[in-house]
Amino acid sequence: MSILYDERIDGPLPAVDKPALLAALREQLPDLDVLHTQEDLKPYECDGLSAYTATPMLVVLPERIEQVERLLKLCYQRGVPVVARGAGTGLSGGALPLEQGILLVMARFNKILEVNPAGRFARVQPGVRNLAISQAAAPHELYYAPDPSSQIACSIGGNVAENAGGVHCLKYGLTVHNLLKVEVLTVEGERMTLGSDALDAPGFDLLALFTGSEGMLGIITEVTVKLLPKPQVAKVLLASFDSVEKAGRAVGAIIAAGIIPGGLEMMDNLAIRAVEDFIHAGYPVEAEAILLCELDGVEADVQDDCERVRAVLEEAGASEVRLARDEAERVRFWAGRKNAFPAVGRISPDYYCMDGTIPRRELPGVLRGIAELSAEYGLRVANVFHAGDGNMHPLILFDANQPGELERAEAVGGKILELCVKVGGSITGEHGVGREKINQMCSQFNSDELTLFHAVKAAFDPKGLLNPGKNIPTLHRCAEFGAMHVHHGQLPFPDLERF
Amino acid sequence: MHMPHDFDASTALLEQVNHALNNALPLRIQGGNSKAFLGRKVEGEVIDSRAHRGIVSYDPTELVITARAGTPLAELQAALDEAGQMLSCESPSFAGGATVGGMVATGLSGPRRPWSGSVRDMVLGTRLITGHGKHLRFGGEVMKNVAGYDLSRLLVGSFGCLGLLTEVSLKVLPKPRQCLSLRLPMDAESALRKLAEWGQQPLPLSAASHDGRALHLRLEGGEGSVAAARERLGGELLDPTYWQQLNEQRLAFFADPRPLWRLSLPNNTPLLALPGEQLIDWGGAQRWLKSTAEAAQIRRIASAAGGHASCFSAGVCDSPFQPLSAPLLRYHRQLKTQLDPQGIFNAGRMYAEV
Repeated sequence: MSILYDERIDGPLPAVDKPALLAALREQLPDLDVLHTQEDLKPYECDGLSAYTATPMLVVLPERIEQVERLLKLCYQRGVPVVARGAGTGLSGGALPLEQGILLVMARFNKILEVNPAGRFARVQPGVRNLAISQAAAPHELYYAPDPSSQIACSIGGNVAENAGGVHCLKYGLTVHNLLKVEVLTVEGERMTLGSDALDAPGFDLLALFTGSEGMLGIITEVTVKLLPKPQVAKVLLASFDSVEKAGRAVGAIIAAGIIPGGLEMMDNLAIRAVEDFIHAGYPVEAEAILLCELDGVEADVQDDCERVRAVLEEAGASEVRLARDEAERVRFWAGRKNAFPAVGRISPDYYCMDGTIPRRELPGVLRGIAELSAEYGLRVANVFHAGDGNMHPLILFDANQPGELERAEAVGGKILELCVKVGGSITGEHGVGREKINQMCSQFNSDELTLFHAVKAAFDPKGLLNPGKNIPTLHRCAEFGAMHVHHGQLPFPDLERF
Repeated sequence: MHMPHDFDASTALLEQVNHALNNALPLRIQGGNSKAFLGRKVEGEVIDSRAHRGIVSYDPTELVITARAGTPLAELQAALDEAGQMLSCESPSFAGGATVGGMVATGLSGPRRPWSGSVRDMVLGTRLITGHGKHLRFGGEVMKNVAGYDLSRLLVGSFGCLGLLTEVSLKVLPKPRQCLSLRLPMDAESALRKLAEWGQQPLPLSAASHDGRALHLRLEGGEGSVAAARERLGGELLDPTYWQQLNEQRLAFFADPRPLWRLSLPNNTPLLALPGEQLIDWGGAQRWLKSTAEAAQIRRIASAAGGHASCFSAGVCDSPFQPLSAPLLRYHRQLKTQLDPQGIFNAGRMYAEV
């Protein structure tokens, strides 16, 4: 099954006449930047999931909200599909264009409209980069907590659309926990405010519903985020283990001791070696697993917690526990983790990053399952893990130039996600479903649940014009996918017609 | 931990919903009935969640608890307490029989809310009987989960208008090692000014309220940070039961016979001239008002300050929740139509049109 939009199983798309659409745009939105030639469209054919590409029919680059408003009205009248895109760093193909649609690039909306220290919020346009918010708040000793590893480049509009996470989620939450208000345009080009400047808003919690909805329910035009006081100090402990199981148990023991670390990360031996070669972070290359535990807050508490965590780690069988001696070493320890993906990129021509979540107690079994899949398919897998919140990022190493390897990597990835679902987890913790995991949605949700998702979509976008084919699979896709994955001799969705 | 009265009544609940769907009978969802005074009156046959009760799973090292909707909130809190953990949103009970389902459906959070998050922020997953007569599962028991639309968090505070909640998974946290409450006599204006200043600093605050005479603060954290903050802030020690009395609306302020209003405001809103008696909670972001003023007047003041107002006394006004903008109301109705096509669940509890 191809990952690209397939009308046979993803549903028919409206036929769009490109010259007529281009003429209408030029007439009704004369000052809107529109790209339409093959060479201009090429850079937009993929987002951060670069293995999959599709050339959009047109790319538009608005600079004023009124342009987006008129564009959406025009597209709604003419029945033109619209795919929104921020910085294009998403890893699940959520901004993968449609050949029969417009790619709406929001990157030029890059102004920070207000930083309000007394109100502890920042009001920004959707194209503002995640890190730029914290930088703007820094003079007030405040910051924006969610920090996906792409934070230098990714934009806040995309963060809201994907409900982005990062390495501090256990303590500080996901994007959804750090928003006050989002301004959106509906598919009909109508302005609507979700949430409020207060901590809640009347009516249903549409702010929560829109967060992580992957551009399927509306277009984000402004975001108000919460700002937090910067923690006074942060300290990092690095613990080495001679088995992954021991490291996994140590994580549970830290939580059981009543401590919520700011960050708690695990890496396995392959990842440790790749990182050490690249960054020279001072990681122990002989260790089977390391844990990085960051404690942040008020100085006196952090000192106490460091002592407690050290004792817990030693009790859990750590072969070595090191406290970063100074800020430079702390930054180096984190640089290793934050560069794990590019480090693995150096030891393999290509890698495929997964994003499943599991209850933490299932970690040893899932890691064993991943090792078995790795052996079975003949592909190495490096594991980095947001251990505090159960979010795994297995990196499957492959070479796209070797015939069949990409397909094998996809197969291993799919099986890892199904394993996550089987132990009570999820196919995606923070990267989103997008187009990449559209088939695995059929493993996590049954046809009645998917039908309810489609009902939610129909409430906001009855014609299905916003980001078609993403996030929620059609039942026909699941039937086709199920046909390839017969479990215990029984087909899922037995009542559906099969193609 | 499994009490003898733990019981899975989901089959019976599903049957009752299907019967209602087949016969076009409106339903009125009820748990402990402790928050019946909130929202509009609902006509319909009672569907009682309380038989469907019990903690389904709780592993303290996972920081997640899953319970059936009819579980008494007190039972959930007792189980957490025993393991040294808590539901940090501190939802009020208002009466002994309050249930977990009612907590989620009303979405009310206590004094810790501005610092630790709301009920919605704790919800990880739900099970729901829908207006299509299906018993479905959304979200799960993991902290991070972005597969599909976030229906679980949408249900929080939806007052049963989108379906019958049967089970919920919640994130829980360890109880703080140290907890201390202070009373600092000062006027409300100075209190709000101080709170705006302290809000920008890494202080271990976990509750802040002004009762007209003094600022009440709660400090929670490690021994070192709480001691340092106590030293710095001064004031006298406060009986910590203040917070429970505030949360459960048992302070003398709440005994005033005038209607009770809740104003939810941006956290740096200065002292508002309100027509009645007020009490400040949530560090300024929530203000309780005892007033006989017209709803329109109270809402005008709240809206002008960037917030909204809801009436917490039954039968005072026909629209206890702040009316929605035209596009928002339209999408509320479309969502209701899609999720509950026959309109059998708590019709009109939040808004006449939904």
